[in-house]
This record gives sequence, C-alpha cells and structure tokens, in this order.
Amino acid sequence: MTLASHFSYWVTVLLLMVGLFIVIARDNLIKKLIGLGIFQTAVYLLYIAPGKLIGGVAPIIGGQFAVYSNPLPHVLILTAIVVGVATLALGLALVVRIKEAYGSIDEDEILAMDARDDTSPVADRDGS
Amino acid sequence: MRLDIILRVIAKLLIPFALVFGLYVQFHGDYGPGGGFQAGVIVAAAVIFYALIYGLPAARRVVPDAVVEFLLAFGVLLYSGVGIASILLGGNFLDYFVLGADPVSGQHRGIFWVEAGVLITVAAVMLKIFYVFAARKRDAGEAGQ
Amino acid sequence: MLTQHFPALLVVVPLVAAPIIVLARHALASWLIALLATAASFGIAAVLLDQTLADGVISYAMGSWEIPLGIEYRIDAAGAFVALIVAGMGLIAMPYSRVGIAAEVRSEEHYLYYALMMLCLAGLLGILVTGDAFNLFVFLEVSSLATYVLIAMGRDRRALVAAYQYLLMGTIGATLYVLGVGLLYLETGTLNLADMAARLVSVGDSRGVLAALAFITVGISLKIALFPLHLWLPNAYAYAPSPVSAFLAATATKVSIYVLMRYFFTIFGPTEVFDARATGAILLGLSLAAMFVPAIVAIFQHDMKRLLAYSSVSQIGYITLGISMDSVEGLMASAMHLFNHALTKGGLFLVLGGVVLRCRGAGFDRLAGLGHTMPMASFAMVVGGLSLIGVPGSAGFISKWYLVSAAMHEGQWWLVGAVLASSLLAVIYVWRFVEVAYFRAPPADHPAPGEAPLSMFLPALAMIVACVYFGIDATWSSDVAMRVAEVLMSSRSIVQ
Repeated sequence: MTLASHFSYWVTVLLLMVGLFIVIARDNLIKKLIGLGIFQTAVYLLYIAPGKLIGGVAPIIGGQFAVYSNPLPHVLILTAIVVGVATLALGLALVVRIKEAYGSIDEDEILAMDARDDTSPVADRDGS
Repeated sequence: MRLDIILRVIAKLLIPFALVFGLYVQFHGDYGPGGGFQAGVIVAAAVIFYALIYGLPAARRVVPDAVVEFLLAFGVLLYSGVGIASILLGGNFLDYFVLGADPVSGQHRGIFWVEAGVLITVAAVMLKIFYVFAARKRDAGEAGQ
Repeated sequence: MLTQHFPALLVVVPLVAAPIIVLARHALASWLIALLATAASFGIAAVLLDQTLADGVISYAMGSWEIPLGIEYRIDAAGAFVALIVAGMGLIAMPYSRVGIAAEVRSEEHYLYYALMMLCLAGLLGILVTGDAFNLFVFLEVSSLATYVLIAMGRDRRALVAAYQYLLMGTIGATLYVLGVGLLYLETGTLNLADMAARLVSVGDSRGVLAALAFITVGISLKIALFPLHLWLPNAYAYAPSPVSAFLAATATKVSIYVLMRYFFTIFGPTEVFDARATGAILLGLSLAAMFVPAIVAIFQHDMKRLLAYSSVSQIGYITLGISMDSVEGLMASAMHLFNHALTKGGLFLVLGGVVLRCRGAGFDRLAGLGHTMPMASFAMVVGGLSLIGVPGSAGFISKWYLVSAAMHEGQWWLVGAVLASSLLAVIYVWRFVEVAYFRAPPADHPAPGEAPLSMFLPALAMIVACVYFGIDATWSSDVAMRVAEVLMSSRSIVQ
C-alpha cells in the first residue's frame, strides 16, 4: 500500500501547498505569516516522520536492543523550530510597525498607499 | 485583575513550581529529554504568567528590561565562552573533552555551561519578545506625553 | 597555534562581538568593537585564502567530533575568496556607518545596528565556512533575520513593507532549501556536504535526488534574487539605510551564489541526475532573462537606489550565465564578476549613500544638477557606472571579457552578442544618471549641499578606486578566480 505507507509525505505535501497558498492568496499580513508557519511546519514533518521506526528505541548501544529510531532529525527540527519562532516574532513585530505607520495590515491598501507615496518623494515614517 | 483573588492565589502557588520544573527540565537534559531551550521557555512562561495576573508593570519591577537585555547577551557570551575556553585548553572550538580531567566529566561540564547559556538566552529572548509586544502601546503613550 | 582555529574564529569573532555590543550599549564603543571584530574577520579571511591557495582544503572538526558525524567546518579557495569579499566589504562599511547611519537610524538604536551587522557578518561567513548542510541553513537564517531588521531600520515607512516582503520570500527560500536538504538526508543519511557528495554518486538517478535538486535550486535562487524570484530585492535595497544597501548589495546575494555553485558542482555535479536533466539550460535561460528584463526595468526608474537595485538583479544574470556554461572558463568568469560586481555595486551604493545624506533622497528630482553641486561624488558615480557597463579600464570590463571569451571557448557566439546587447542597456541606465546629474538644473529648493562627509566619501572612493585598479591590473583577481573555478570543477568531474 504505497498510499498508506507514504501517508506522512502526503500530509507534508498537502500542508506545504496549503501554507504556500495562504501566503500567496491572502492580503492580510498576519494571515500570510500564519501560512508561512504552516509551510515551515510541513517541513518539520518531513524530517520527523522518517526518523521514527515502529518498535524502535533510543539509540543506546546494548545487546537487548536491535532497532533504533533516529534522534538526529528531532535535534535538527528543534533548531528549525527556534528559527521559525524567531522569524514569526520578527514578522509580527514588522506587522505591528506597519500597522502603526500605515494604519492598515491589508497588503492591497498598503501597496496603494505606497503608490501614492512614490509620487511624493520624501515620506517619513512619522509623517513629517 | 485586582478582584480576581482566585487567580492571584493560584498564580502565587503555581509560579514557584513552574520555575522549579524549568530547572528540572534543564538539569534532566543530561539524562533524558530536556535542555536549555525547553527550560528557558518554561522559565519565561512563569514570568509571563506573573505579568498576565499581576500586570506588566509589576513583572517589569521583578525582572526589569535592563536585566532582560543583559541576560540575553550574557547567555550567548557564556555559550561562546565555553567554546573559547576549550580552544585555550588546547582543543577545538566547543571541544568538551578537554574541559575536565577525563572525557566524561569534560562532556558533563561543557554541556552544563552551554545549556546554562541556552537557558539564559532563551528565557531572556522570550521575555523580551513578550515585553516588547505587550508594552508597545504603553511605551508609545508615555513617549507621546 | 591559533591559526589552526581560524575556520572557527572567522565566525566566532563577529558572533561574540554582537552580544558584547549589546552589553556595551554605547554608540561609540559599539562602533569600535564592531570595527575591531570586522578587521579581525578580514585578517582571518585573508590568512585562510592564503592557506587554501597553498594547501587546498582546510577542515576543522567542531567540538573535536569525528568528521562525518560531527559538524565539519571546511573551507577551500572558493569559500575563502567569497569570505574575503564579505569581510572586506564589512570592513569598508564599518567606518562608513559611523556617520552614514546617524541621519537614518535613531541614536538609541545605533548599538543594535552594529550588533545586527555583526550577526549578519557572522551568518554570511558561517555559510561560507561550514561543511554541514543543516548548519548552512542555520547560518542562512542568522544572516537573513539580521538583514530583515537592518532593512526595517530605514527611515522611510516603505522600509517596513520591504523588510516584510523580504522576510516572506527569504523564509520561503530557506524553507525550500531545508526541504531539499531533508530529501538529500533521506537519500544519503548524512548532512556532511563532502560525505553527501560521495554517497550521492552511488544513489544514481533517483527521484528524491531530483526533487532535492529542484527544491535547493529554487530556494537558493530566491536568496540570490535570480530573475523571476527577484521581487524582494529592489525595495529592500532602495529603502534600507545606505550602509546596509551597500553591504547587502556586495555580499548577501554573492554568498547565496556561492551556495548555488557549491551545490551544483560539489554535491550534485558528480551525480547522474545533474547531467541527465537540463539544469544548465534552465539556468542559461533564466540568466539571459535576468540580463535583459531587469535592465530594461532599471531604465524606467525614477530613483537612483532602485535603478541600482534593478541593475544588481541584471548583473546577477552575468554571474549565473557563467555558472550555466559548466566549464572552468565560465566559472572563472563568474567568480571574477562576483568579485568585480561586489566592488562596483558596493562602491556605487556607498557613494550614493553620501549623496542621499546631502540631497535628502535618491529620486532623480533630488539628484538633478548633482554634477555641479557634488562634483566629486557625481564623478565617482559615473566611474562606477562605467564599470557596470564594462568599459575597458574598469573592473566590469575584465569580468565581461572573461565571460565573452568563455562563451567563445564554448563556441556559443550568440552569447557574445547577448552580453554586448545587455551592456548597451546598462549604457542607457547609466546615461540616465549622467543626464540628470550634468544636464539638468538643480531643483530650486536645493540648498547647495556640498560634498559628503569624509568618513563616508573616503570608503566609497576606496571602492571606486579599487574598481579601476582591478580593471587595469587584474592579475591577482584573475589568478584567484581561476583557482576558485578549478577547485569547483575538480569536484564536478569526479565520477564514481
């Protein structure tokens, strides 16, 4: 059963597509970040799922254990999660600043305001 | 939140346990699941919990901004300090084997200090993020007056 | 001996400088620390380049763990060459920053600016020195996150949106890269790049490897700003503080190009997948598109910073064109252009930073009559522009010459025409500046601005002079570029 045995890959691909779709299709800057989060999480799954073997144990050398699960992907993904958190925090911080500067978190509105700004060259953040 | 006596009492009971649990996760990292990342988040969560119940100004009196900023830099320095110490002791960067009399105690000592650095930085960064987001409007209002 | 630890110290020095700067908080002290750390990195990079040119690969076991298991730091002539460019650009940008950011960044944020520059530098150098695929991702994100913040520090509110867009695109790029690395890890069971390359040969023509190649190529291309994936770049460069624009233009995309070269030639190069699919042809098509479309867009800009940014996207096309030729000559031309374009564009952005400071903007209406109000800066811009075009006697000419001769070596005569035609477009967009600066009257409200402060103009001048110097005496740069190309191609040709 290839469909069932590749279950985790199907989920990964689905989440990747969903995440990327949200990033592309939504105008709300926060929703875009949520999509980005889903996109990143899908990759975590790609790493984590193959690391687990059914019946596998922690890789401690000993006579009574024969099948080991691979712990390395977990460590890698722990790092990737931290990177993801940092990215999300920075992204949200930018959205807060954008909201303060533009009064909107809708991409279309912001781009429209930018287009107006382009005709007036000096547009300081505090409006001076 | 002044009148929510249940929340205030429960928070007072829970926060010490949360901090101790953070330390448990930290030191258990040597032998089982755990370590600086998780412990740092738990410690930060305890302080954030305090801030949610008693208010941000109270939390900022307990753990001031300057302390948080100091700690988040200090943790990174502690981590890299271990690496530089192992270079000075004749090993490669982050070579724990040379830190103790025998390789096993060296590994223990190295990972202890590295994880301590991770705990400090992660806790401080989490708090910093919380402070910055939570205080954004408040600080802007003060600056405007 | 300390020199044996140089591969680690190259990254550690700026990485340690960042928290020290945060502890110091004082603007002048943090500037001094940053300057010292950058100078140290530059010295280390120079020594490493010297060693790698003499001895080949330098390998360093992080934490003394056995090498395919632990993280390996591995640097050869190619990595050291790009590291020298990055650290050198940092060293030029640091003295420039002292005055350069005063007008654009709030004074209480100055220490953060220096700390972020250090993190960015550490991340970029880490990418070049690491021999571990996942470690590379971490350094990529360290440099990228620092970059997003640096861009958001720009004075204009559009800097925030530019940083946000770059954050989205950059994170998608980095995530696609991790996805590719994950597939490679599943195929080979190792993350060490050298080990991975050796094991991939025996994997054969696998769909997993093909998918990994596709993901990594697209992910890194986003970071390079290769033509259809360049949308984040113009705004990011245009609204970032001037020293940041210059530093990024000279380093960030170049480091990503190094990563692409590394993956194409060292990792995928020996596999059947790489030869069986038309990777080179796809890259050739994109490079040609990059040489023309953004150059045409650049012609229609009304802002000098944006013009230069689009020109960057266009020049990246030349570098990837050399890669797509898949020959020592082509790669050598790429390495040359990587170096020369870093000099040229870094220098141009530095000069422009001084102009922006004096004219309060880089729009053409602000720059009108610059040839009379700021003659020195304006002349430096024109010299840099000539190098962008590739006029003989400038650095740009040398690399285009090698690119053209590589194309002739391949028998691809039509590419010679393409390079020439694209250079003509560069003539037009550089002429736009000349026309504005020399043939238009200064705006009426324009207070006679005077030249940029010396601490900004001297570093900029140094880059422009270097641009001319390496256009006249290219022995050193061409020798090193040749070695870089040989190192990369030698790993390409190992089959079985």
